[in-house]
Amino acid sequence: MNGLRHWFSGVHAWAALIALTLALLIFRDALAWSVRYPNEWVVPLTPWLNSGMNWVIDHFGAYFRAFSDTLAVVMRLVRNLINALPWSVVLALVTVAAFALAGWRLALFSFAAVLYMVVIGFWTQAMNSLALVVLSVPIAVIIGFAIGTLGFASERADRAIRPTMDLLQTVPAFAYLLPILLLFGFGPVVGLIASLLYAVPPMVRNTTLGLRSVNAETVEAGRMSGATTAQLFWRVQVPCAKRQILLGINQTTMAAFSMVIIASIIGGTADIGWEVLTAIRRALFGESLLLGLVIALMAMVMDRLTARIAVREITDRQDQSFAQRYRYWIIALILALGLSLLAQVMPFLSDYPREWRYYPAAQLNAAVTYIVAEFSTSIDLIKRVAFFYVMLPVKMGLERTISPFSWGFTFTDTLKVAYAVAIVALTGVAWLRRGWRIATLSAFIGILLFVGITGMPWPTMAGMAVLLAYQVGGRRMALGMAAGMGFLLLTGIWQEAMLSVYLCGIAVLLSFVIGGTLGVLAAEFRPVSAVLRPINDTLQTMPLFVILIPFVMIFKIGEFTALLAIIAYAIVPSIRYTELGIRGVSPEAIEAGRICGCTPWQLLWRVKLPLASPVIMLGLNQTIMYAIVMLVIAALVGTSDLGQMVYIGLGDGDFGVGIIAGVGMAVIAMLADRMMQTISRKQARN
Amino acid sequence: MPTAAPEPADATPAASLVPKLSCKNLWKVYGSNPQHWFRDNAVTTDPVALAQGMRAKGLIPAAVNVSFDVAKGEIFVIMGLSGSGKSTVVRCLSRLVEPTYGEILLDGEDLLRKSARELIEIRRHKIGMVFQNFGLMPHLSVIENIAFPLRLQGLAERERRSRVEKVIALVGLEGREKSYPHQLSGGQQQRVGIARSLATEPELWLLDEPFSALDPMIRRQMQDEFLSIQRKLRKSIVFITHDFLEALRIADRIMLMRDGQIVQIGRPVDLIINPADEYVAEFTRDVPLVRVLKAADVLAEKVPEGSAALPGVDAETTIEDLLPMLAGRHDGLSVTRSGQHIGCVTPTSLIDALARRADLHGAAMRGTKSPAVGDAG
Ligand SMILES: Nc1ncnc2c1ncn2[C@@H]1O[C@H](COP(=O)(O)OP(=O)(O)O)[C@@H](O)[C@H]1O
Ligand SMILES: [Mg+2]
Repeated sequence: MNGLRHWFSGVHAWAALIALTLALLIFRDALAWSVRYPNEWVVPLTPWLNSGMNWVIDHFGAYFRAFSDTLAVVMRLVRNLINALPWSVVLALVTVAAFALAGWRLALFSFAAVLYMVVIGFWTQAMNSLALVVLSVPIAVIIGFAIGTLGFASERADRAIRPTMDLLQTVPAFAYLLPILLLFGFGPVVGLIASLLYAVPPMVRNTTLGLRSVNAETVEAGRMSGATTAQLFWRVQVPCAKRQILLGINQTTMAAFSMVIIASIIGGTADIGWEVLTAIRRALFGESLLLGLVIALMAMVMDRLTARIAVREITDRQDQSFAQRYRYWIIALILALGLSLLAQVMPFLSDYPREWRYYPAAQLNAAVTYIVAEFSTSIDLIKRVAFFYVMLPVKMGLERTISPFSWGFTFTDTLKVAYAVAIVALTGVAWLRRGWRIATLSAFIGILLFVGITGMPWPTMAGMAVLLAYQVGGRRMALGMAAGMGFLLLTGIWQEAMLSVYLCGIAVLLSFVIGGTLGVLAAEFRPVSAVLRPINDTLQTMPLFVILIPFVMIFKIGEFTALLAIIAYAIVPSIRYTELGIRGVSPEAIEAGRICGCTPWQLLWRVKLPLASPVIMLGLNQTIMYAIVMLVIAALVGTSDLGQMVYIGLGDGDFGVGIIAGVGMAVIAMLADRMMQTISRKQARN
Repeated sequence: MPTAAPEPADATPAASLVPKLSCKNLWKVYGSNPQHWFRDNAVTTDPVALAQGMRAKGLIPAAVNVSFDVAKGEIFVIMGLSGSGKSTVVRCLSRLVEPTYGEILLDGEDLLRKSARELIEIRRHKIGMVFQNFGLMPHLSVIENIAFPLRLQGLAERERRSRVEKVIALVGLEGREKSYPHQLSGGQQQRVGIARSLATEPELWLLDEPFSALDPMIRRQMQDEFLSIQRKLRKSIVFITHDFLEALRIADRIMLMRDGQIVQIGRPVDLIINPADEYVAEFTRDVPLVRVLKAADVLAEKVPEGSAALPGVDAETTIEDLLPMLAGRHDGLSVTRSGQHIGCVTPTSLIDALARRADLHGAAMRGTKSPAVGDAG
């Protein structure tokens, strides 16, 4: 047994798998099944799922419809209410709230943001989106708080809740929409329900976490003060966990808004997300930029406001009179009433006149077109280089990429032999200098680049994944990985999954390298940090569609654009965690390094980075998660992976296809997550 | 052996009264299904072997057959190294931790038989507790923290105010009423903790290492204030500390624990002069004897003729103060307690008493450095 384990974890297993890969590749003409998983071996899950769904709709559809009809009534009410508010009142309320919570800076920013929405002339659409958020956040908060409390109270319940929440957050957003669409019918209600599903998990997590981390002695002190269970909960535990719970509300709000925007893809919602999407689809860049800015501003204002509530200091209010204590409420009320009344006399305060609208979309369009045309040669060059020298080799392999058209020459047999010799030599050197792990990696990359990820035989790819999982996390992890690989194969989505891995892999690698470098710079130089922080904040709160816009504008539709958009989003955690990790290295360790005579460069590589590596690994983990999330959205600009499949499933109303692809992505995300978490934990222990 | 040392008749100031609190054969065992070990009556026969058996099976017996009484108005100190089970015992007394076995009698009534509702009433009126890290509610101001237990009881605003003002004055927190815990120093925070625990006017007062998180200087000051509060209020107190000097300053009696078991119960001086075993001797090794021992503890065995006529000192005089008086007085001094002559001390009797201690240490240390009188300086 021990011998077997040793064999598995050592060089032999890898060597065997590499050799098997080579063998399969050499005889691939005879063994075509090993490269392309045969269709006959696919378990026909899609029709089963579809008929299952039909059965549910036939039998329970009426109940779901009744539920959504009820919800729709409430929703219309909220929507009408918000739409009935004159824009000037909303402007005043938001500004006063921002001032009360965070002072004049945020007040000024919020004022400008709301005014922009008014002037640009998409007020109603923005308010329609807001109505969905306003309705879904309180519901999500209540449900999330209840579930979170349950998870806190019962260890057993928590064990069930945790993976469910993981699943809800890792199944791509588009995959949610279709079943909701089928069950609950068309229209804004779908957006509401989807945003509920998506917004509940952060609330649950933060509630449980907050309640768990209340100081044990404080709870004991509460019990010794003679608190009943209910008193203990409402007067001790909840107030002590308040900060974390409020943080949950912040995250829930952002998740809800993000999903509201994504959900507008189903149409019929007349909200701002729909407008942006339409603009992107019609390649109207001026419009999409101006409208994307509306979404971005809404997100920023919402985020800053709700985040401020969480971090607000407790202040002494005992001495204040009623008027002092509620001064902002009073001001807000007076302003709201005053402006409403004034709007009766001066109608422009409630209906912004069309003539006053400023909508420079056409000019912007012209400008963008001009710039893109002006720089078209360099843009084309960047695109070509990335495509032919990086993306295609990984995707299709050098053997299918190198051609006179792309690289300027033919990949002759002589060259192929030379390539093989080079890889063998590299592997040999790596083995001698760096040990077998690096040698294995070198051999693997050599093969991968030759045949491409789509040309790799699936039996050995899956085998290597399982072996890696075994080495990282033992038998349980290996079993999980095997189950995941089995799912991807048996459902027939292996090819698409590999394309997801390819796109994600390149994006993650680049994000990690660039983001890590920026993170190191930010940790070493304060000004860099000061510049990067607001950019990171903005990117992180941005609804995902919006990130696509500038890239589509410049690079048009295509995989390269998708790649850039994914990097733009996934780079943020790499930057953040690297900076955090390096800043967190204890000063004593750094001083010890200095005493030993380290140069700054050595100090970074030998002391800071190794000590920070558990945190940096967590950052890498987050980068992978972010990349997978963005992958689905990037399907909008043309990819051919699982994300695209989810999107197609949604478009065709094919529940089975959409859900299988969605779950496939969730499987990849969760496996990657578990692996990275384990690696990070192991490093922290050493 | 975990048995109490034989106590002199006058060991407790109120030994003749009914104990306020009585803890009998208390066990707390962490781990899976500890109840199972108490089915048959193995407990009374050999608790030590039973605890050993539990440990071998991976359970954690944090309190092993602990029995003691606390008299009305007494300061009973539980001492021991960290992990010895002190907190576990005191949490069992308040049922913050559910004991596995045993009896806890408060005013003769078994606490373990009380329903949840009754327990809440007892905590609201009879027991107060102070915590090592204060356990304050961060979202409440000083005054709200102190009024918190009263609020839970639904006391009227007026009553609440008057009681809170009283305890605030008692602990010296005037002027800080509106502050929040994070704005206070450690010492001030613990004053809030003390005030909160006293606001309900409890009879039994539990303090779990209340001063351990404070700086040494502050700690001394807090001990003095604690003693002065106790002189006013006369609560029955269970006080936990791992600091023997602190125990010496405040204890009427000390219970020393080790691995969940009682090693010795007695007056501070009993632990020093008559340690139950080497562990106790080791524990009290660094105690400055000359400050702890009193004239009454070092009386001459044989009272010389006419010693009553010698110049007198009070029985409570410490050796530290006695030494200069005794210098050059070979015939010794008369020792009196409340005017009554109870014996005499001579330089020889003093040296004999200290030498006995040194012997004990010698045994404990197996020839390592034994504390000389000079250590105390
Ligand atoms: N909830 C618990 N679960 C398991 N073991 C515990 C628990 N609480 C305390 N213990 C163990 O009981 C023993 C006594 O702990 P404690 O009473 O806190 O000691 P002290 O207060 O003297 O430092 C320790 O070994 C501790 O590890
Ligand atoms: Mg303790």
